[in-house]
Amino acid sequence: MIRRVGERALLVDTGSLAASHRLDARLRLLTDVEEIVPGPETVLVVGGRVDQLIPLIEQLDHSPMHDLDGETVDIPVVYDGEDLPEVAALAGISVDEVIARHTGSEFVAGWLGFAPGFAYLVGLDPLLHVSRLDRPRTAVPAGAVAIAGAYSAVYPAASPGGWRLIGHTSLAVWDVTGDSPALLKPGTRVRMVAR
Amino acid sequence: MNAHRSSGRDPDPEISGGAGRVAAVEIIAPGPYATVQDLGRRGFAHLGVPRSGAADVPSLRLANRLVGNAEDAAAIELTFGGAALGFTRGAWVALAGAPVRTSAGGMWAPFWAPSGTVLSFGVPYEGLRTYVAIRGGVWVPPVLGSMSTDSLSGLGPAPLTAGTVLALGEPMSGLHADLAPQRPISAGPTVEVVRGPRDDWFTDDGFATMCAGAYRVSQDSNRVGARLTGTALRRARTGELPSEGMVSGAIQVPPDGQPIVFLADHPPTGGYPVIGVVTVADLPKVAQLRPGDQLRFRPARSS
Repeated sequence: MIRRVGERALLVDTGSLAASHRLDARLRLLTDVEEIVPGPETVLVVGGRVDQLIPLIEQLDHSPMHDLDGETVDIPVVYDGEDLPEVAALAGISVDEVIARHTGSEFVAGWLGFAPGFAYLVGLDPLLHVSRLDRPRTAVPAGAVAIAGAYSAVYPAASPGGWRLIGHTSLAVWDVTGDSPALLKPGTRVRMVAR
Repeated sequence: MNAHRSSGRDPDPEISGGAGRVAAVEIIAPGPYATVQDLGRRGFAHLGVPRSGAADVPSLRLANRLVGNAEDAAAIELTFGGAALGFTRGAWVALAGAPVRTSAGGMWAPFWAPSGTVLSFGVPYEGLRTYVAIRGGVWVPPVLGSMSTDSLSGLGPAPLTAGTVLALGEPMSGLHADLAPQRPISAGPTVEVVRGPRDDWFTDDGFATMCAGAYRVSQDSNRVGARLTGTALRRARTGELPSEGMVSGAIQVPPDGQPIVFLADHPPTGGYPVIGVVTVADLPKVAQLRPGDQLRFRPARSS
């Protein structure tokens, strides 16, 4: 289903994150539009000739699409986060097993939001699905590796944050001086490597 | 009448990181809130980057045209006037958007501000945001292709404070216009809304309810959005909407039912349902509303 979003945008129901990534990749090759924003079950397309885009997208939806593998990024993590013991307690496992399950998770950057470069990493081991903090921190440093709900993330810049901190990385995931500011883009596969 | 500074004139200092550009305008006072704005950051929404840019785009474009700039040149966006700008070099200036009395020149017409001019602003007599375009364009180091201050993400230059000095870019063409006639800004406009994409999240009469009532702009409105108070819009379903892409003009409805109209610095994704989207033509009217102003909605002719 394709919904109109005002006069200049369309919201395409994809039903799944993988389908959102496939449509995103196809649209980037095929169309000259201002923005393509994949979400867990939708893709937003902004700009271009909306009326001409609808038949194009409908055709894409019905054509067979092979999986487009995203690139893989290894993130070196020092597991020294303040909340690591509490995460272990909430999950009912040892700290070592939290680390093993985090490094063993096959992550994919689902979509970005909250802050520039902040990728919601899906694929977190279900045993590590813990709630957000009751009281968010007013300051989380750049590079903090965190989990909340079904997601993990690397804080791209210092900001307030309510996710549970389990470690940190020295790898910059956000750099506005580079050609591509975000290291983790929708569809990027991510592995956490303990250091 | 021009107000001149009596203090001795320093040699024009170079702007740090400005590739040899020299200071031209000093912010003596920013007023309640002032930022540098162009047309924002295009093409990075999927990386979590808000579009940002001028809240009232047509007024930025007009002010730029009046001084012979490209329409996407950066200018100063004042909120509730109140600023004082010191010109350390002479420059052509034009003002558009919320009309305001100044110490040196009127609205919607280019005027020459000689070196030493202090251009001070009163409070707009209607509207909220005034654009100060300067020939050559304000120049600050661009971030992701834009000089705009993004109040949500912190990208771009910090909001202007007393003592900030700004450089100018290169003029690109001559002056073409003497005066641009303007309609008054309404403090109680009715704006057109295209229904959806998530109108089905609300009770059957949700969209009609929104279009029947009057809303007031609340105090905590800003460049992210105009927060409204009025008849609450009730949801027809419970649960959470998965995060999805957002656009300027989207009327997002949090669980309390009080709508928020997204403006330039809106987050690129959101999880509250959007009941409708304000038309491109009418969104600048929302961007010019002050806290306490009234707003009504009506269905867009095409929806």
